[in-house]
Amino acid sequence: MDLIWQGIREAFGLIFGFDAEVWRISLLSLRISGSATLISLVLGVSAGTALALTRFPGRRILVSLVNTGMGLPPVVVGLFVTIFLWRNGPLGVLGLLYTPAAMIIAQSVIATPIVTGISLAAIQQLPPKLRLQILALGATRWQMVRLLLREARLPLLAAVMAGFGGVISEVGASIMVGGNVKGLTRVLTTATVMETGRGNFDIAIALSVILLLLTFAVNYLLTRIQQRERPR
Amino acid sequence: MNAEGALLEVRGLRIRRGGVDLLDIPALAVAPGETLSLIGPNGSGKSTLLLGLSGIERPAAGELFFRAQPVPAGSAALEYRRRVAMVFQEPLLFDATVFENVAAGLRLRGLGKEQIVKRVGENLEHFRIAHLCGRSARTLSGGEAQRTSLARALAVAPEVLLLDEPFAALDPQSREGLIEDLAHTLRETGTTTIFATHDRAEALRLADRVAVLEGGRLRQVGSAEEVFRRPADAFVAAFVGVENLLPVTLRSAAPATGMLAQLGEALLEIGAAAAGMQSGSVGLLCIRPEDVVLSASGTEAAAGNHFPGRVASVIPQGLLSRVTIDCGVPIVAAASGHVVRELALAAGCAVRVALRPADLYVIPRV
Repeated sequence: MDLIWQGIREAFGLIFGFDAEVWRISLLSLRISGSATLISLVLGVSAGTALALTRFPGRRILVSLVNTGMGLPPVVVGLFVTIFLWRNGPLGVLGLLYTPAAMIIAQSVIATPIVTGISLAAIQQLPPKLRLQILALGATRWQMVRLLLREARLPLLAAVMAGFGGVISEVGASIMVGGNVKGLTRVLTTATVMETGRGNFDIAIALSVILLLLTFAVNYLLTRIQQRERPR
Repeated sequence: MNAEGALLEVRGLRIRRGGVDLLDIPALAVAPGETLSLIGPNGSGKSTLLLGLSGIERPAAGELFFRAQPVPAGSAALEYRRRVAMVFQEPLLFDATVFENVAAGLRLRGLGKEQIVKRVGENLEHFRIAHLCGRSARTLSGGEAQRTSLARALAVAPEVLLLDEPFAALDPQSREGLIEDLAHTLRETGTTTIFATHDRAEALRLADRVAVLEGGRLRQVGSAEEVFRRPADAFVAAFVGVENLLPVTLRSAAPATGMLAQLGEALLEIGAAAAGMQSGSVGLLCIRPEDVVLSASGTEAAAGNHFPGRVASVIPQGLLSRVTIDCGVPIVAAASGHVVRELALAAGCAVRVALRPADLYVIPRV
């Protein structure tokens, strides 16, 4: 127990002592996972909406694949992104391996199915006739999609939270494609793994506490927005 | 009606979904300013026809004409769709304030703020929901929500208003008030309206003409008087409340006395028979229960159709009682509480049944 208390004290020391390295690591975590979440939002909301609003052969299989993708193991994603970005790999010329960009790619791959699946469910839970009603009000197809997304905004915020939560806490893919390079690709999760491996439990605990606080802060903010909109 | 001068017209409209023919309407035209009620049982194709008319559902065949111009298919129908508004049985409101809901169609058309405030205000007034303006649509009662939905549809000043059973889910009190306000608004704006309902009384309240649908086909289109008094066939007759459909044979009579129908042994004077029927044709005599006049047994017989009968059952149904009388054939009458008390109607008692010839109509027996 002492160990944990000491770690928590250490964490606050590092945060409020403005330890440069810890701040850099935290901000990088936020930047990478935030970017990945944004990318997955663009891709996932589009894909989820398209899947919800169209009917075509093979759609059901695609939906099953998306649902499977929501639980995609990060190490598998890490492995394949690494292969793709490897020097002789298909995208090797880009020279992205062991850069934050590689981590953003891997995290986007993890978050996109999550956002797609939740967006799909969010649009599908709207009354089926709402689409007809919107068209009957004189909407173009794009206006209809925009209004449907606005109607589904609360569950879509849940998609943001789930996507962000999935990638900020993820370590397998980040360490594989980022390499935990100090000052370049070291993020909270990879640093925690490293410090734990070294036996520096107090720092590992401090980093974990920061990760938890960060995740909590982001979700608290999103929840505030979501619940403010809820009916009384 | 004649298709000439029609605001909206369909020709050879067929709608299929999932390989099933849902609708087959060879022709239907609606005049400017007219209110047409579509009546028919659940699943008869009322909603499908409205969706076809709205330009949202793409027909498998046929054409839609607006002011004699064909309505294009697909996204080119937008201009037409913006002249039409539709209200469904569910209010289908947006998760926003009442004001924003009523403004929705106007925003989609890119109207300026001033215009929007003005038109929304007017329609909130028309439907008596101005006080709910800033309320979240989620907090509304069923009646308030449907008022908002109607205000939203009328805010875009549609040339055609399509209503898909908009009152079906409301309690009688909300329904009455809302029909009253809607009828008033429609009269004031002169909006051409097509109104689907399975409630005959609602249809009569709003309609200039009535169209009866069954199995995706039009069974009859005509004035309310025509459809309710001169049904085209046994299905329409039963649907519009003609509870007595009795097998008869037409007998010719002197032109002065009109036509006769033989019901069992009795010869009844009738008002009319369907076109094409002649003496000797077998048919079904249509009698509305409310047209059956009951009097005490033994009263002096006046002119017209009279015969004795014996009450088989009296079932109270709200304000009226459903009285079944055995006259050789069973005849159902709707009697007011007053008549039931005065004649002391009860199973087994003898009564006299009178039928005005003008109320009697014979349709072919298929």
